[in-house]
Amino acid sequence: MNKEAAKELMLKMADDALIYGHRLSEWTGIGPILEEDIAFSSISQDKVGHAWQLYQLLEQDFGMPDPDRLGFERKESEYKCSQLNELYTRDYAFALIRHFFMDHAEFIRYSLLRASSYESLAQLAKKVRGEIKYHVLHADTWVKKLGAATEESHSRMQAALNEAFPYALGLFEPGPFEQELIDSGVFIGEGQLQAEWLDEIRPIIEESGLQLTSNTEAITGGRSGNHSSDLAPLLEEMSEVICSEPGASW
Amino acid sequence: MEKSLDPRIQRLDIQREEPKTPDIKTHEYWSTYEVFVQSKRGKQHVHAGTVHAPDPQLALVFAKEQFGRRQHCVNMWVVATTEIFAFRYDDSDMFETVPEKLHREPGGYKVRDKIEAYRKKISQQKADKS
Repeated sequence: MNKEAAKELMLKMADDALIYGHRLSEWTGIGPILEEDIAFSSISQDKVGHAWQLYQLLEQDFGMPDPDRLGFERKESEYKCSQLNELYTRDYAFALIRHFFMDHAEFIRYSLLRASSYESLAQLAKKVRGEIKYHVLHADTWVKKLGAATEESHSRMQAALNEAFPYALGLFEPGPFEQELIDSGVFIGEGQLQAEWLDEIRPIIEESGLQLTSNTEAITGGRSGNHSSDLAPLLEEMSEVICSEPGASW
Repeated sequence: MEKSLDPRIQRLDIQREEPKTPDIKTHEYWSTYEVFVQSKRGKQHVHAGTVHAPDPQLALVFAKEQFGRRQHCVNMWVVATTEIFAFRYDDSDMFETVPEKLHREPGGYKVRDKIEAYRKKISQQKADKS
């Protein structure tokens, strides 16, 4: 197995999970109703948990720093999350559309990774896939409901979809080691993932009465450390506590 | 209106209006569903609580996090609260049993004394041996 290639793959997955999890957690306490608040918060905890498990593998198998330092003490350009996940949350429609795009991609990614030649990652994929299945159910239920509920809910969902879609395509920005990952059987590759993802989301979007914009160019950059202006303030907020007392044990 | 101190709310930049009288229809829309969880295949579904939801699909989505998060469970039912039929508490005297019918309760069986006697005998034998 090409170690650099596997490291690259896991780091971007971990960063996606952490940043996305943090964005989801911003709804804790201010969700639209109590039950939804609890569900969304719980999903956000799951995501941070996935990030932690991936960071831990990076420490164990590749000698990278421990999860706390990886998660909270890197420079902005060292984060490999996609721009979709770092964007500040415009409104609940945007939160749900991002959730829908992201979790469908996550579910397919982890489903495929169950067959990875990198055994630890395959094990992890088997373990967390069930959680992500629920995340997808949650997203689908809301998208179908709000896509077709009222004129206002429809137009807000469509606007969020139009804005988020180019960023969502950026989830599949190829990394520098695509061919190595495919050849060594670690991962099937971002191109294949994107194709499966589109097949999966299309009928649901149609059923919801929403539309995917055609000929959309992906907004990329996140995977190589080029981020939108929304990431820096988020990282600052996220690491505020840990930076207040560097080296303290919690 | 006052600005929220919560930075997450400030970022949302909500243009708030003065609160209106609650829209009754909206409240009616969010009915309640009773949640039943099953801990193991084949076991009975046990009532766990209630969730607010606009329809059965979302009721299931919410129920999973409300009641499936902290206990092992393999399946869940949700049932619209309005579909549950119940006795009135005024009628709870119906459930009272007259003392003369104690023989109908499982505690009334004489076999319990026999089992107790047998247990005593066994433990006595064990004690004698050691």
